[in-house]
Amino acid sequence: MSFPWAEQYKPQNPFMQWMDERLPLPRLVFNAVGAGYPVPRNLNYFWNFGVLSGVALMVQIITGIVLAMHYAAETSVAFNSVEHIMRDVQSGWFIRYAHMNGASFFFIVVYIHIFRGLYFGSYKAPREMVWLLGVVIFLLMMATAFMGYVLPWGQMSFWGAQVITGFFSAIPVVGEPLRQWLLGGFAPDQATLNRFFSLHFVLPFVILGVIILHIWALHIPGSSNPTGVSVKAKQDTLPFHPYYTAKDGFGLGVFLIFFCAVTFFIPNFLGHADNYIPANPLSTPAHIVPEWYFWPFYAILRAFTVDFGIPAIGSFGGLTIIPAKLLGVLAMFGSIALLFVLPWLDDSPVRSGTYRPLFKKFFFFGLIPSIIILGICGVMPAETFWLILAQIAGVYYFAHFLIILPIISKIEKPLPLPASITEAVTGKPLDMNAA
Amino acid sequence: MAEAEKNLPHDTDAQEGTVRRRDFINIAAVSVAGVGAGAAALPLVRQMSASDDVLAQASIEVDIASIEVGQAIKTSWRKQPVFIRNLTAEEIAEAKKVDVAGLRDPQTLDERTQPNKENWLVTLGVCTHLGCVPLGAAAGEVKGEYGGYFCPCHGSHYDTAGRIRKGPAPTNLVVPEFTFVSDTVIKIG
Repeated sequence: MSFPWAEQYKPQNPFMQWMDERLPLPRLVFNAVGAGYPVPRNLNYFWNFGVLSGVALMVQIITGIVLAMHYAAETSVAFNSVEHIMRDVQSGWFIRYAHMNGASFFFIVVYIHIFRGLYFGSYKAPREMVWLLGVVIFLLMMATAFMGYVLPWGQMSFWGAQVITGFFSAIPVVGEPLRQWLLGGFAPDQATLNRFFSLHFVLPFVILGVIILHIWALHIPGSSNPTGVSVKAKQDTLPFHPYYTAKDGFGLGVFLIFFCAVTFFIPNFLGHADNYIPANPLSTPAHIVPEWYFWPFYAILRAFTVDFGIPAIGSFGGLTIIPAKLLGVLAMFGSIALLFVLPWLDDSPVRSGTYRPLFKKFFFFGLIPSIIILGICGVMPAETFWLILAQIAGVYYFAHFLIILPIISKIEKPLPLPASITEAVTGKPLDMNAA
Repeated sequence: MAEAEKNLPHDTDAQEGTVRRRDFINIAAVSVAGVGAGAAALPLVRQMSASDDVLAQASIEVDIASIEVGQAIKTSWRKQPVFIRNLTAEEIAEAKKVDVAGLRDPQTLDERTQPNKENWLVTLGVCTHLGCVPLGAAAGEVKGEYGGYFCPCHGSHYDTAGRIRKGPAPTNLVVPEFTFVSDTVIKIG
């Protein structure tokens, strides 16, 4: 946590000195997000999204705690309690819409944050642990978002719970008992709603804990930067405060403009109208669609339509080794599990995509389009054309990480790297003897 | 940096006591952020207050035609018990002969009832001490030493006008705002 070029915390007034000797919390803050944390001087705006993710989580926690003061996790009244928040509670409409869209914006900024990491090689040594903890946060976010979506007990809530817990029934032997154990019954019901509410309330605090570890792990090697070249001297860095607090503050303002625009003018744009129909266990909506941030994963899930096994010969039945349902589930979890091993799949010594011409091409013309196409397929009905498209994009997605990246890192000839961050910024070589 | 900007005191150490452009920007930014935080805090504070469905129950109408002289009923208004008592002539007389000046919370019966309807005593059934529900409204309940209401929890005695006469309660039983819609219907709240 301490770099030779970091500014030292020296409390000036007697009270702060007294405090520092007893509970050095101001020192911790100073070294974490104050002037005591030296940051590369050349960060671009992609480096704002970590802080923005933290802000989005805080917005979710604050609005969520407030919503929980008015919400009732009871199947017969849950839907009405949400409407009560919308219509009767003072400012309740605002708090719920902020929470609804806050979830979407949390995912937007986290996705940008992840793409930043993917492109600039933030997952590479010595920051693997930062990346792994980040993937853990991502998984926890997905679980939290899913459970939160169930709470209003609308049609999409109910059938979402039905479908997602159905994944687990695909697991051989223990699948169905496991699903019933998760639901607390044979279908989503009171027990399900109650436990989801409990977990939805507690998981964000678990996320908060992992975020602390994520930042801690980041502060050991220090922040990366767009060139991928490590910091070599004090001149390569700026104190976090005031330089990056100001920059992050500006970014936060821009973020809030977008967030408020959606929350106040198109609050239901990102949602699904069917969730304003109270849950009906006896009638399924025409299209069960998850929220937009799950579309790519949903597409991978649905892309497997054929059982894996030995095909039927003549009139004899085939031998199914892995049924399609299980394949889809495995692939969906695999698409996220891939991220856990990414630091060891991409072997290139160069971090930043800026200096990796081949990597850059595959990243922008391969990986990103494949994820976008998967997203589109995830929201479209499961018809032949979209299924085939999802299969192609899905195959590329896996190939990108498992085959293309390892090959690229072997054959690619990187562009010459700048000698230092300072040289990349100013064009003048770094003077190691400067003060 | 353009040549013209070189002389502007924006990043240089200005002389002692002068305000730098940066100071102004700092104060302006923090002020705007403060206003924003305040604006964001408003809905978070407001949501704690009574919601519209609670406020909608703020007034009720009660049919009092069936309450005989000497009887009382309990009803509920704003989730609190309300006692409506049809006082007998003796109870009215008893309430009127009390020397108001000697009371802990000096009020006459007239001040606590509607004109020409002084037999109708409408009070909250909430002891002003710690909020228990006093006895005396239902038939057979203890009415206390002064024939009105008695709160057994800490021994507060109220008289036939619902005034505190003995015990720890500081004030008389609260008379809610009420009007006679007709001779047999009152509107509370």
